[in-house]
Amino acid sequence: MSRAMSRDSSLAVASERLAAAGSANALELRGVSRLFGALAALSDITLSVRPGERRAVLGSNGAGKTTLFNCITGDFPPTSGIIRFFGEDVTAFPPQERIRRGLRRTYQISSLFTGLSVLDNVYLACRGVSRSRFSLLRPRRDDALMAAAEGLVEAVHLSAVRDQLVGELAYGQQRQLEIALALSGAPRFILFDEPAAGLSPTERRDLVHILTSLPAHIGYIIIEHDMDVALRVVESVTMMHNGRIFKEGRPEEIETDPEVQELYLGGGHG
Amino acid sequence: MAIAEHPSAYPARRPDRLGAAIARQGTAFWVAAALLLLMPLLVSSFWLVQILAYAMILGMIALSLMFLAGYGGIVSLVQMTVAALAGYVVAIFGHSAITQISLGWPWWAAVIVAVLIATAFGTLSGALSVRTEGIYTIMITLAIASAFYYLTLQNYTVFNGFSGFNGITPPVFLGVDWGENIPFYYLVLGCSALACWAVVYVARAPFGLALQGTRDNPRRMAALGFDVTAHKIAAYAFASALAAFAGVLLVWYQRQISPGTGGVGPVVDILIIAVVGGLSRPIGPFIGALVYVLLRTFSLDLLEWVGLDGKRFQLLIGLGFLVIVLFSPDGLIGIWRRITERARRSREARAAQMRIGGDAPGGTP
Ligand SMILES: Nc1ncnc2c1ncn2[C@@H]1O[C@H](COP(=O)(O)OP(=O)(O)OP(=O)(O)O)[C@@H](O)[C@H]1O
Ligand SMILES: [Mg+2]
Repeated sequence: MSRAMSRDSSLAVASERLAAAGSANALELRGVSRLFGALAALSDITLSVRPGERRAVLGSNGAGKTTLFNCITGDFPPTSGIIRFFGEDVTAFPPQERIRRGLRRTYQISSLFTGLSVLDNVYLACRGVSRSRFSLLRPRRDDALMAAAEGLVEAVHLSAVRDQLVGELAYGQQRQLEIALALSGAPRFILFDEPAAGLSPTERRDLVHILTSLPAHIGYIIIEHDMDVALRVVESVTMMHNGRIFKEGRPEEIETDPEVQELYLGGGHG
Repeated sequence: MAIAEHPSAYPARRPDRLGAAIARQGTAFWVAAALLLLMPLLVSSFWLVQILAYAMILGMIALSLMFLAGYGGIVSLVQMTVAALAGYVVAIFGHSAITQISLGWPWWAAVIVAVLIATAFGTLSGALSVRTEGIYTIMITLAIASAFYYLTLQNYTVFNGFSGFNGITPPVFLGVDWGENIPFYYLVLGCSALACWAVVYVARAPFGLALQGTRDNPRRMAALGFDVTAHKIAAYAFASALAAFAGVLLVWYQRQISPGTGGVGPVVDILIIAVVGGLSRPIGPFIGALVYVLLRTFSLDLLEWVGLDGKRFQLLIGLGFLVIVLFSPDGLIGIWRRITERARRSREARAAQMRIGGDAPGGTP
């Protein structure tokens, strides 16, 4: 009896979520602030991103871009404000609950399992968003998640080093692996934190290719200092300064905006 | 503190998995396995039970700590308490000389209940301490362990207080009296091998892999969708099940159980055994336990031989602990690995020299 009821109510929740997701923004922030002691790393951020939309967040060092990501994923919860993910209020959710709903991120400073092989890293990522993350059984040879992991390793051009320990990889390869981890499972929205930093020109081309060939329903926000990368892979731009948003627009508007030129491009990042 | 290595291998993708598995273990493994199997032909029953079986039982309890500490980075002092609780439940639900308390259930029912209750207790202790780290985990689990000790000491209705339970005997089944020396030895050997295999297997399964992930990078694990807290509690559950089985063997070995079994001394001894043996491999705790039991058994003679009070064997253990921790952060297996590594390198160097020597005549113009 009670089980039937709980199934009904979970069905109701699921259909509510579906209905909400149909019309809702992929990401919606209302008045999000984050304090570190007396420092306001984020002040009153209000932002909405449509499903499938691709957006760049630009801003000088310390503008609060990474903190914005940390609030969205729940790595650091916001001090105040509301965050909705596909219509669902996730403000109080721990990170893993947000990830299981299709949110993904990469880290500005690679955050990998250096003692594991490349394939194991990606396999762990595929497991994390599956129901079998507690499995005591080793994967069989035809394990679907293992196949998915192999596919992702291939997609970021790391097949040649598949069985190498991640700690032994070159810097650029570790950055590629960061991206593979964020693509695992069925992502709906991805946050890329400076994925191109420190990459060679060839690796940058590969990165742009990966970003532009993502399925159309997957939206993302990318933090990127390199305008050549950032403005080529997005349709909208948000400019941040001192923890606040001060401009939003299309890439070509931003590129030619005098205020932006002065504050950001003139600030030594051009 | 040394941590377990990341296992990287997924199921061998070779067709002859058995052959490969045999080859993979290396000669040392098969020699040791053969020795252990033939042991009843080689040594007296005193060595068989009092030394080897006892060491393996303590080794299993320390193995459960090795699993938590090595793969999860969790130092729990509650593992001996879990084992003691399992032993108590066997006495309470099964047969003992204290007939006014013992319920007299068949041995298998008592064992099932014992493992379930002790595992639940260990999991609960884990849930209480899982949000703490390092020294705080040690403190909380030590507090739980001493609370259990005083409970058993002061409660007479269930735990029979100071005197505990005696007259507990290993069962007779399949026509074998498992309390006799040789069957008991094989029973303990089989259980230890199974426990070792289970730890090795689970360490490479998604659960174990993820546990090591939570040890190395908990924040990233959460960002991959893992619930770090739940994963650690599940690790406590697995480790506690191991300790609970070992506790059943322990009460069959001792044939009695009293508060001293779960006292603070034995609780800390398990930590010492695991660290002295080494936390990076499942075999470590068993080696540590063997050294501990040998010291415990023979230090009396040894100390008296050099003219000291024989009761000071704890001193010897303490000194040994200090020396090993100072010289090898990875315990005895760390020392063993360094010796074999050095031997291998000098062998290679010699081989290289011989090659150069052999090449030289032809190589000189
Ligand atoms: N965990 C933290 N504790 C204290 N202060 C922090 C923390 N994280 C960020 N900050 C501060 O918040 C401000 C914004 O930092 P944030 O990392 O979000 O900037 P950013 O825009 O990502 O800069 P960058 O371009 O250098 O990556 C900085 O002043 C930083 O020092
Ligand atoms: Mg940043």
